[in-house]
Amino acid sequence: MGGRRTPLYQRHVAARARLVDFAGWDMPQQYTSVKEEQEAVRTAAGLFDVSHMGRYEIRGPAADEFLQGLVTNDLGRLRLDQAQYNLLCLPDGGIVDDLVVYRRPGGWWLVVNAANREKDMAWLRRHERPGMEIVDHSSDVSLVALQGPKAADMLPVEGIDLTAVSSFGVGAARVAGVLSVIARTGYTGEDGFELFVPTSHVAAVWDALVEVGATPCGLAARDVCRLEAGLRLYGSDMDQDTNPYEAGLGWTVKLDKGEFVGRHALERIKADGPRRQLVGLGGSDRTIPRHGSAVSLGASVIGTVTSGTYSFWLRRGIAMAMIDAGSASVGTTLSVEARNGTGRAEVVTMPFYRGSARRAVRPIG
Amino acid sequence: MAERYYTETHEWVTVDDSVATIGITDYAQAQLGDVVFLELPRVGKLLEAGDSFGVIETVKAASDLYSPVAGTVTEVNEILNANPELVNRDPFGEGWLIKVNLNGDLGQGLLDDAGYRSLTEGQVH
Repeated sequence: MGGRRTPLYQRHVAARARLVDFAGWDMPQQYTSVKEEQEAVRTAAGLFDVSHMGRYEIRGPAADEFLQGLVTNDLGRLRLDQAQYNLLCLPDGGIVDDLVVYRRPGGWWLVVNAANREKDMAWLRRHERPGMEIVDHSSDVSLVALQGPKAADMLPVEGIDLTAVSSFGVGAARVAGVLSVIARTGYTGEDGFELFVPTSHVAAVWDALVEVGATPCGLAARDVCRLEAGLRLYGSDMDQDTNPYEAGLGWTVKLDKGEFVGRHALERIKADGPRRQLVGLGGSDRTIPRHGSAVSLGASVIGTVTSGTYSFWLRRGIAMAMIDAGSASVGTTLSVEARNGTGRAEVVTMPFYRGSARRAVRPIG
Repeated sequence: MAERYYTETHEWVTVDDSVATIGITDYAQAQLGDVVFLELPRVGKLLEAGDSFGVIETVKAASDLYSPVAGTVTEVNEILNANPELVNRDPFGEGWLIKVNLNGDLGQGLLDDAGYRSLTEGQVH
């Protein structure tokens, strides 16, 4: 190892977590076992260090217009202290990144993928205009996620009424005595919170959350949770050669909101219909579709697995695959290239599992 | 306690009389992650040293298993069908995979404790 480290790195080492390189970061893959960690997320609460993701703030009188001109979703529908799932697109409609935008009293906050931090910042800077500034808070503010049906009961919080914070709601509060911003968002399909904590205090907050019973979880558990919840992973299920309609994220594209980068291309793609589509695949207890495996219908290859793993929770292999549009509908049995020949997998509707998050996939708009 | 030997592909073997017990190492199980299932050979299968005798499928990947010895499979750890996590929890004990009636001596090229330790310590993890 020898990559970048989050402020919680020493906690992971002390807990004897297995570390893995993720987008240049030394991150915990697992602490005990994927199975046990995921079970904690699904039945109680899991704790994730997600400080490797980027945290940017955009403020100033021109900030609203600037950001609305870059993202695909309509920020005009976002009230103060709400968050919204969003995309940045290229002029040709390819996805630059997926992100969550938070509307706060001082300005807009963005949380972006770890692998895209520099790319996104360059993209924002390229469109920068007078009357606004972009502030990189990735160092001074850390991010941890508490996820699970018991997260709200467990969170040691003061200064906020959690019953008034609905899904994708945001607010300032003291977490374990530390003034933080909490958002009812996540990447697991469960109810829970992402906590923006001053980096100087994040280790103390982490310890306090472990103290109240949250189970530290690694990226492997996070990946199976997000896949079960039908949440896409940038770099696997979508990239710059994928447009939102192919990725099944057309609901985040508001063509009627006014000009934004990619709008013309996306309008055309929507009218013509996308050429490919992301679908869910359910394998058997013995078929685990893996990233990169070919997917066939009869004798013809119709696509590729973009994400795949075994779900101990559902006791079957589950996957997402990008296939030719219209080539297979829900219920169709497909062949998936596997280690020994081929396995069978059925096209299913996502999510594979509905957790305690009330509107995990389609939060707002 | 019989001495344990290792392969460079992270299997271990101990020999008691002429019966070899084979499993994967703690290092291997930790690298592979939670075991989902195993495909193991039938009793009676003839193996040469270096033969693939099965597959271990984990959350991360499917990997071949290679026999450290030549011989005939006499027993397969059937408990792993229902409890594959034993390979993670106790790889040198209850998580053993197969027993083989040795055909001749242990092959060349197996590592001892010190040799295997230096192999794994040389690898990035």
